[in-house]
Amino acid sequence: MNAQLAGVLQLTALLGALALAHRPLGDHIADVHTSRRHLRVERLVYRAVGVRPDAEVGWTGYLRGVLAFSLVGIALLYLLQRLQDVLPGSLGFATIPPDQAFNTAVSFVTNTNWQSYSGEQTMGHLVQTGGLAVQHFLSAAVGMAVAVALVRGFARTSTGALGNFWVDLVRGTVRVLLPLAACAALVLVACGVIQNLSGIHHVGQFLGGTQQWNGGAVASQEAVKLLGTNGGGYFNANSAHPFENPTPFSNLFEIFLILLLPVALTRTFGRMVGSTRQGYAVLGAMGVLWVAFAGLMLLTEHHGAGPAPELAGGAMEGKETRFGVSGSALFAVATTGTSTGAVNAFHSSFTGLGGGITMVMMQLGEIAPGGVGTGLYGMLITAVIAVFLAGLMVGRTPEYLGKRLGPREIKLAACALLVTPALVLLGTAAAVALPTPPDAMLNGGAHGFSEILYAYTSAAQNNGSAFAGLSADTPWYNTTLGLAMLLGRLLPIVFALALAGSLAAQRRRPATAGTLRTGTPLFTGLLTATPLVISGLTFVPALALGPLAEGLAA
Amino acid sequence: MRHTLTALARNCGAALRALLALTLLTGVLYPLAVTGVAQTFLRDQANGSPVTVDGREVGSALVGQRYTLPPEDQDDPGEQPRPDPRWFQPRPSDGLGTNSVNTRYDLLVSGATNLAADSPELTRDIAAARERVVAFNSVPGHAVDPEEVPADAVTSSGSGLDPHVSPEYARLQAPRVAAANGLTTERVNALVEEHTEGRTLGFIGEPRVNVLALNVALDALRPDAR
Repeated sequence: MNAQLAGVLQLTALLGALALAHRPLGDHIADVHTSRRHLRVERLVYRAVGVRPDAEVGWTGYLRGVLAFSLVGIALLYLLQRLQDVLPGSLGFATIPPDQAFNTAVSFVTNTNWQSYSGEQTMGHLVQTGGLAVQHFLSAAVGMAVAVALVRGFARTSTGALGNFWVDLVRGTVRVLLPLAACAALVLVACGVIQNLSGIHHVGQFLGGTQQWNGGAVASQEAVKLLGTNGGGYFNANSAHPFENPTPFSNLFEIFLILLLPVALTRTFGRMVGSTRQGYAVLGAMGVLWVAFAGLMLLTEHHGAGPAPELAGGAMEGKETRFGVSGSALFAVATTGTSTGAVNAFHSSFTGLGGGITMVMMQLGEIAPGGVGTGLYGMLITAVIAVFLAGLMVGRTPEYLGKRLGPREIKLAACALLVTPALVLLGTAAAVALPTPPDAMLNGGAHGFSEILYAYTSAAQNNGSAFAGLSADTPWYNTTLGLAMLLGRLLPIVFALALAGSLAAQRRRPATAGTLRTGTPLFTGLLTATPLVISGLTFVPALALGPLAEGLAA
Repeated sequence: MRHTLTALARNCGAALRALLALTLLTGVLYPLAVTGVAQTFLRDQANGSPVTVDGREVGSALVGQRYTLPPEDQDDPGEQPRPDPRWFQPRPSDGLGTNSVNTRYDLLVSGATNLAADSPELTRDIAAARERVVAFNSVPGHAVDPEEVPADAVTSSGSGLDPHVSPEYARLQAPRVAAANGLTTERVNALVEEHTEGRTLGFIGEPRVNVLALNVALDALRPDAR
């Protein structure tokens, strides 16, 4: 069997596994967020927090909870890193400098997981397991909570109440993420991912001498890093490291984990609005975009254009033998399409066009299929715009799921979609225009520009992967990328919740003969084209200077 | 104003308590529970899949290592390590850095070169690596054709710790390994064949040879045991 065919079969197996798993999981998540029962452990948490779990709040109250929880999360994670040298479990590592600690704290709380440090030489057990891995759970649970709140905006009528943020947060963590992560972690250990509490230790080598390693709770972190579409790895090499991703099977399993929750949440959406067809219409658009780019990526990486891959006889720079070109290409499209940002091969060394695809996947707005929760609310906001565009074409007031999309709703949706492109383009322009920052580039020419464009795209879209040639551990990049991550996360959440509030307050309008039906393949087509048009208009000029220039020169 | 501030303070208080309670669940109980199960039922895997030969630990089955000659000058840290012709060699690992932040431990740091497909530096490295592979593996009576050198022999992996090489690269090394150890090329080729792993279930991953496993097996064959 040739490598291309094996790649296509891996893609097929992946889609089959997701098709089987997303239904029961999506139904479970819908039940979790509509159930009236509280588990005993959840009651204990509510008592500790001091909230009444049955009290619901409006969108401003919900937003206050999200903001308070995110800011407190950043503050605590910042402190943990700043105090690393005096706290136990530091493995002897020094305290983290202020700009890097800020960057890392924001990065993990916003589900970005951009890393300007090397895990194995910077972070001890306490920060990794008690700080960073905790945010792997909680940032994903926050994303899921916001998505559920927006879905309630569509599902509910004539009410101000969107739910209780603390209940959604705790249930998402306890009933969805924890059990899935525990099972996934054990599968990963069985493949060879390490899970121990040892410190720096020496391992004998074949010809004498030793190698030195950190031990650590790697499998437990790896599982939730992927399930929660986080991406912040234990080791510098992330999922390329043999202790994070040891076998071809673990690789395919990890890609599955990345895609699982974003895909399942479309089913949750369908269930909660009372029509699974609506969920499938959204999933269809996500699926068409993802599969199309995955196919394109397999094609470009196997073709291996560019001076270096052509000389070497294949695009294997930065790729592991056990995954090969196919396993690396699929992982790259999954991780950039979901705001995960874990890598099993280094995107900077991909072919020019392959590197461009990883950037486009992020620039679509992290909606194919997007991060946990963020993908769903991003796609629903895109759907609002798509319905509006369709309404303009026929001259009718747009409606989606029985809710009228008036000027207020369209303005909120447009703002949510414009925040991240603005951050990406302004950040890149500033970094290129100012005298000092470009010195951090490793490669010259078009690829050097790509390194910077990639960094701001990755930060503002909360992806976290990198064209890692860029030396981003400087005060300029730590600070501006930190701000891009923070604003790229919180501003869309503000607009999404405001949108949810104004939708929930409306009565439901009965569908008439003139209503655009949104549970159909036609609407899926519209929903596929809309992000392509929006991000095409926004990013093509910037892409032309970077990956397109590099790829077409090859 | 006063109302907004008290509301915010109340929210931050609740957020802090929620964060601490959930940290207990996800940052303490969860990793400890997984560690407990892993250390009870999957001990080897959870501790890095160690490989031992006659009771001596020789490395991890999952992590690559170097097979180089002892340095000529012990005191020169800048000396380039020279590959030992008796052993199968792994892929280049030019991306591996040394510890730059904390000098207390000289940890290996995983990582890639991150050089671009159109990088002149990378093309230079690849051309130089190919020359080295050809020169190092050509033995009297068998010259390596530069066209035969596979991509993995001249490129660095993502982690810099790739434990595998492609079967093509292992076969290319067989005549040199055989000559250096006084074995026949046929015998060494058969060994490579035995240690070639195919794709999982026929389609997942790529065919590969674990260099450590191959060298351990080779060691058992050599007439002059170390």
